[in-house]
Amino acid sequence: MSDWIDIAALDDVPQRGARIVKTHSGCVAVFRTSADEVFALNNSCPHKGGPLSEGIVHGASVTCPLHNWVFSLETGHAQGADDGKVATYPAKVENGRILLDKATLNQRIVA
Amino acid sequence: MKQKLIIIGAGMATGRALETLLDAAPDAYDVTLFNAEPRGNYNRIMLSPVLAGDKTYAEIETHDALWYAEKCVTCRFGEKLASINRVAKTVTAQNGDVLAYDKLMFGTGSNPFIIPLPGHDLEGVIAYRDLEDTERMMGLGPVSKCVVIGGGLLGLEAAAGMAARGVDVTVVHIMGHLMERQLDEAAGYLLRRALVDKGITIKCSANSKEILGKDGHVRALLLDDGTELPCDLLVMAVGIRPNVALASEAGLAVGCGIHVDDQMVTSDADILAVGECVEHDGAIFGLVAPLYDQARVAAKTLLGEHAIFVQKELSTKLKVTGCDLFSAGDFADGDGREDIVFRDPARGVYRRLVIENDVVIGAVMYGDTADSNWFFGLIRERTDIAEMRDTLIFGPAYQGGTPLDPLTAVAALSRDAEICGCNGICKGQIEDAIVAGAGDLAAIKATTKASASCGTCTGLVEQVLAVTLGDDFVLPAAASICACTDMTHEDVRRMIKSQRLTSMPAVWQECGWKTSCGCHVCRPALNFYLLADWPLEYQDDPQSRFINERKHANIQKDGTFSVVPRMWGGITTPDELRAIADAADKYAVPTVKVTGGQRIDLLGVKGEDLPAIWADLNAAGMVSGHAYSKGLRTVKTCVGTDHCRFGTQDSTGLGIKLEKTLWGSWTPHKLKLGVSGCPRNCAEATCKDIGIVCVDSGYQISIGGAAGMDVRETELLVQVVTEQETIDVIKAITQAYRENARYLDRIYKWMGKVGMDWIKERVVEDLEERAALVDRFELSQTIYRRDPWADHVRDKLQSYQPLGNFALEAAE
Repeated sequence: MSDWIDIAALDDVPQRGARIVKTHSGCVAVFRTSADEVFALNNSCPHKGGPLSEGIVHGASVTCPLHNWVFSLETGHAQGADDGKVATYPAKVENGRILLDKATLNQRIVA
Repeated sequence: MKQKLIIIGAGMATGRALETLLDAAPDAYDVTLFNAEPRGNYNRIMLSPVLAGDKTYAEIETHDALWYAEKCVTCRFGEKLASINRVAKTVTAQNGDVLAYDKLMFGTGSNPFIIPLPGHDLEGVIAYRDLEDTERMMGLGPVSKCVVIGGGLLGLEAAAGMAARGVDVTVVHIMGHLMERQLDEAAGYLLRRALVDKGITIKCSANSKEILGKDGHVRALLLDDGTELPCDLLVMAVGIRPNVALASEAGLAVGCGIHVDDQMVTSDADILAVGECVEHDGAIFGLVAPLYDQARVAAKTLLGEHAIFVQKELSTKLKVTGCDLFSAGDFADGDGREDIVFRDPARGVYRRLVIENDVVIGAVMYGDTADSNWFFGLIRERTDIAEMRDTLIFGPAYQGGTPLDPLTAVAALSRDAEICGCNGICKGQIEDAIVAGAGDLAAIKATTKASASCGTCTGLVEQVLAVTLGDDFVLPAAASICACTDMTHEDVRRMIKSQRLTSMPAVWQECGWKTSCGCHVCRPALNFYLLADWPLEYQDDPQSRFINERKHANIQKDGTFSVVPRMWGGITTPDELRAIADAADKYAVPTVKVTGGQRIDLLGVKGEDLPAIWADLNAAGMVSGHAYSKGLRTVKTCVGTDHCRFGTQDSTGLGIKLEKTLWGSWTPHKLKLGVSGCPRNCAEATCKDIGIVCVDSGYQISIGGAAGMDVRETELLVQVVTEQETIDVIKAITQAYRENARYLDRIYKWMGKVGMDWIKERVVEDLEERAALVDRFELSQTIYRRDPWADHVRDKLQSYQPLGNFALEAAE
């Protein structure tokens, strides 16, 4: 069963943009698509550690700002010819608030 | 001994019949061809592109005088026949010549229907039928007014063509919506909206009462509600009627058209008829595909071979300049008929299927007609759709679970699936041509005529090529911007300007983007194009900018940023240097470096510290150096006359002036300038995008240098006398580059495409154009010549901070 933490208002993240949540073991990037879906992924590109939250968001994908690797926000998998995966975390929007799953976030906090 | 064949009418049907006949048996007949129009055969359906200015007559001519001469066809152009004597088997020409025939073929086509309104015989009332009519419309000046009666395909093509030429056009249509025979109301509405957007006035449910004239020339159309529509030309495009007068006088069986049997033979065994003048099994014909079928059958009949003409289910795929329409079958409402309708108002897409007993009997599509062939196949083959009803409306991609590769879909088409509607060419014919050696699109066009007319099937033809030839065929791709679109940068720039597209969704819609919101490749390009063309209307979209421009700092490999304040013309002061040193201390900047562009780079600043360091630098009077931007970077200078014993002009002063004028402006790629005070060129101005070398007599302005991945020397654009003229030329060249270059092309790349002469013409020779470019540049600068650091410190502080910090929580 999920236990959700209220992180911020949906509007705190720009459409087709991202903000980060800091944890003890690095940052989680919280993305908002143009359709107002929200996704949470590890902020670090598996290629060379690029901050994915700074990338361009298109459809349900993000392009890493360092070397243009493209990742699915839904699965975390690299798209196209590239091979790699970013960890994804449960995220949802309720009543205009962004909620992340407490358990997965806690794991990162204590890690 | 050769038989004598006389053909009446040089239209598309007789042209095709003659071609088929002569290819098969060049010596079977002595052919004489009469034509009322003073010319040979041209592709009548291409008159619209001629009217719109997309093609010339020469390009739509299918058989010129030379062709006839080569084939030994006697041509009597501009001549009508007076009569036919079937007993004597002779024809009499208008000049009294009597010619004998063994076989006679009618291809007299149809006449435009002219409504006998009062005033219909006034000068300036025309139909839209032949080249003369087209030329009349093309002759209208851009301030003229024209009324088109008839909101069918022909009328709308005439209207769209004239509107494209700047004519003020009103379409008057008697029915409640446009193209009511092909489209239902909803699709008619979308079409109307698209035409209104093109500046055409549409009046539906409008009854014409009288055509008003002055001195024998049309001046207005009067509607029965009293409305008067002034016009210089009135085009009647309300329909056509088979031209049967001559056949009827000759005593042939005639109904609406000349009666023919399955072999295209009339009630006289030696007389054939093809084309729009024909009535076959109760039907008459206006589209090209069945005409060509008839032509082939007639040719075979003339050769004594057996062939029969079969009427096929017809579809209409229309391109009324930029509106994608498709209709096929029967789409009237009725008992026992059900509708499936799909609308996407945002994309202007509409699809409707009419279903009876689990069979699709009609389809209307607007805005997205990519799947039309597939739907048309369902109609023709009367496929039972019960199984796929749920997803039917979404098209073939959604049948059977996974989306189909378009090539798979083409591979799955049967050999008799029609590919080219204009010419009635099916897949099998194209495959045969490929097997016979036609290896590319041009060869297919030449050997089968497929895609040689309106061209909407070109993609399909290429796919048939790809499927048949496999790896031997490479789809010719004019490089598109990215996978979201098939359009090139240049096409999109043209669309943005010509269609006045002022937002990204408008571009996605009008240019048919295949993704919902673009990607990291096209969005930054579109964002630039829109702000360059519509500085006042367009709102810059930070989410479509690369991180450097979104955050106004350069991202480094570890995710930190570098900050470069502007140093105008390379000049700084002890106070500025102290402020930079203080900032470096305060924000623990690990590296301080002098850049190649005469500035100081603070490397390794944390993202969340950016607004604070900017605020400090702002407080010391410094602004962003745009070291991160596709925009003006630096103006490198030498010391010039102030200190140098060789300096001829104040190069530092000019550099500062230029930087203060140009800073903040966005450009297709980074823009670097250099100003050297003498030909010793200490500022290395001749490898900058724009370089100025001061000489005794003035300023040499050269462009197109680079010292990046390519190293290039500038080329001289012009030498001018005054500093002011130098600044004006540079503003003009910058604006011309902004307005015309492809995103991510440096000036030298753009120069390579348009040529130095093209640029010179605009910014050097044409002083009016130069002034207009300068004005547009200044207009844009009223929005963009500002410090983004200050803006972000004021408005966007929050966005630089994390949403939450659970690292602190853990530490506690």
